[in-house]
Amino acid sequence: MPYAIEVQNLSKSFGNLRAVRDISFNVARGDVLGFLGPNGAGKSTTMKMITGFLEPSAGRVSVCGHDLHEEPVQLKSKIGYLPEGAPAYGEMTPVSFLEFIGEIRGLGRRHLQDRINDVIRMIHLEAVLEQRIETLSKGYKRRVGLAQAILHDPEVLVMDEPTDGLDPNQKHEVRTLIREMASTKAIIISTHILEEVESVCTRAIIIAGGRLLFEGTPADLETRSRLHNAVTLSVNRDSFAAQRELGALENVESVDIRTDSSGNTRLTVVPAAGMNIISEVTDFVRIRGWTTTEFRVESGRLDEVFRTITTQQAGGGART
Amino acid sequence: MRNILSIFKRELRGYFATPVAYVFIVIFLFLTGIFTFYIGGFFERGQADLEPFFRFHPWLYLFLIPAISMRLWSEERKSGTIELLMTLPVTLGEAVLGKFLAAWCFTAIALALTFPMWITVNYLGNPDNTVILFGYLGSLLMAGGFLAIGSCISALTKNQVIAFVVSVVICFLIILSGYPIVLDFFRAWAPQAVVDAISSFSFLTHFDSIKKGVIDARDVLYFGTLTAFWLYASTLVINLKKAG
Repeated sequence: MPYAIEVQNLSKSFGNLRAVRDISFNVARGDVLGFLGPNGAGKSTTMKMITGFLEPSAGRVSVCGHDLHEEPVQLKSKIGYLPEGAPAYGEMTPVSFLEFIGEIRGLGRRHLQDRINDVIRMIHLEAVLEQRIETLSKGYKRRVGLAQAILHDPEVLVMDEPTDGLDPNQKHEVRTLIREMASTKAIIISTHILEEVESVCTRAIIIAGGRLLFEGTPADLETRSRLHNAVTLSVNRDSFAAQRELGALENVESVDIRTDSSGNTRLTVVPAAGMNIISEVTDFVRIRGWTTTEFRVESGRLDEVFRTITTQQAGGGART
Repeated sequence: MRNILSIFKRELRGYFATPVAYVFIVIFLFLTGIFTFYIGGFFERGQADLEPFFRFHPWLYLFLIPAISMRLWSEERKSGTIELLMTLPVTLGEAVLGKFLAAWCFTAIALALTFPMWITVNYLGNPDNTVILFGYLGSLLMAGGFLAIGSCISALTKNQVIAFVVSVVICFLIILSGYPIVLDFFRAWAPQAVVDAISSFSFLTHFDSIKKGVIDARDVLYFGTLTAFWLYASTLVINLKKAG
């Protein structure tokens, strides 16, 4: 089965600025692909090309078998798109706005009413149906944008920062919604929030400086972390002595000491790349007869990986 | 076609959802009244026709039409809704046409609301109503031309004030292109053929014959071509400036 979204060697230049350079990836139905990257990395530009707003300078985009260049209107009809900032016509009410979108999307009158009711229920817009969009709070505006994107039950959903500006409860709701829709659709979201990648994405790509720097699952991303499979523990001993002793273990790269605000000291034992040191550390602690008040295995820190990958690119022009 | 209609309906409703429509219509009716009765000397002429009414339409449109057209695309670009509109399954041509037709229909409504003028002149005398009808049609055609120019200028900028001012200036030059104020500028260096061509672009000369009740195919063709040209230019500009 062909991919729902195919992107090949996509590039975009604005004058001298090369915003997107030679990016390729595919998204299948059932996948939620997370776009990660610093501001100005080319995430939004890539999305604008996939959805047919911007013409690529080079490369190919195809959605559900429709090529962007040859069948732009068919391509657009397959996509639901939430642009950055969730723009909407401010003088309209959410209902009239959704009716307009549905009409253009070619939904029949009865079907459109059903869909509008469904979407209003899914996104909890009941309270603001008759208010003008320009008077709505940021969270509600974002939800109106989401509603128009999923109104026609698209096969492909592209959302530029869908949870930006939402409060934690609303963020949770939107993520639940994305997970619910994920099984039947191919979804792309961009985000700055790394926990969002863990909670909703099946795959992630990192873009910086217009280049694709990483592609894989969120778990792959975690294994890139220095702290992946690291062991954090508190012991009833002198921290510096413990640090020295643990640091002497075979597969241990280093041991960090951190003291939190309430005076508890924790040691984090960082394994050498790719090594699993959990049993080694537990054995060591038992043999020495230390008492541990805390013992936990780290899964890896995405923010750290993100920083490493994106700053390497920025500072490391010599590498490529 | 269905898409054009959807965009048309949304736009037209948009005019009436804000005070823009009402302010515009009131001022338009107010000014047509002043021009017709005070400056045009409607009563003093003692003739049962609407010549003094139509005579000032080019000058009214010069300022009022850019006030409508300035928001056509500037606002879409400023609020980011252009991204929404252009990623819906519509072609650029449909979007340009839908928005233009809504603006045109809106001016048609404003123009139609001057009907008391027509009743007055019929009450006072026996005017040639065909001439008046042609006058209205000609006026509407001219409004279409102004709107198409405004649509293109509006696509150039996010700033509505700039869109307004530039549209007024361009419309002013086109209105006057049959007059020395514009022609003298070209006479100095351009060949006569070019000067003649420019002078034939004038709104005033083309509107002149229509408002006298003579519908010449050439005049209709002129306004039609002008409108089509500027609308096509709008699509080019929008495509070019989408990214910015």
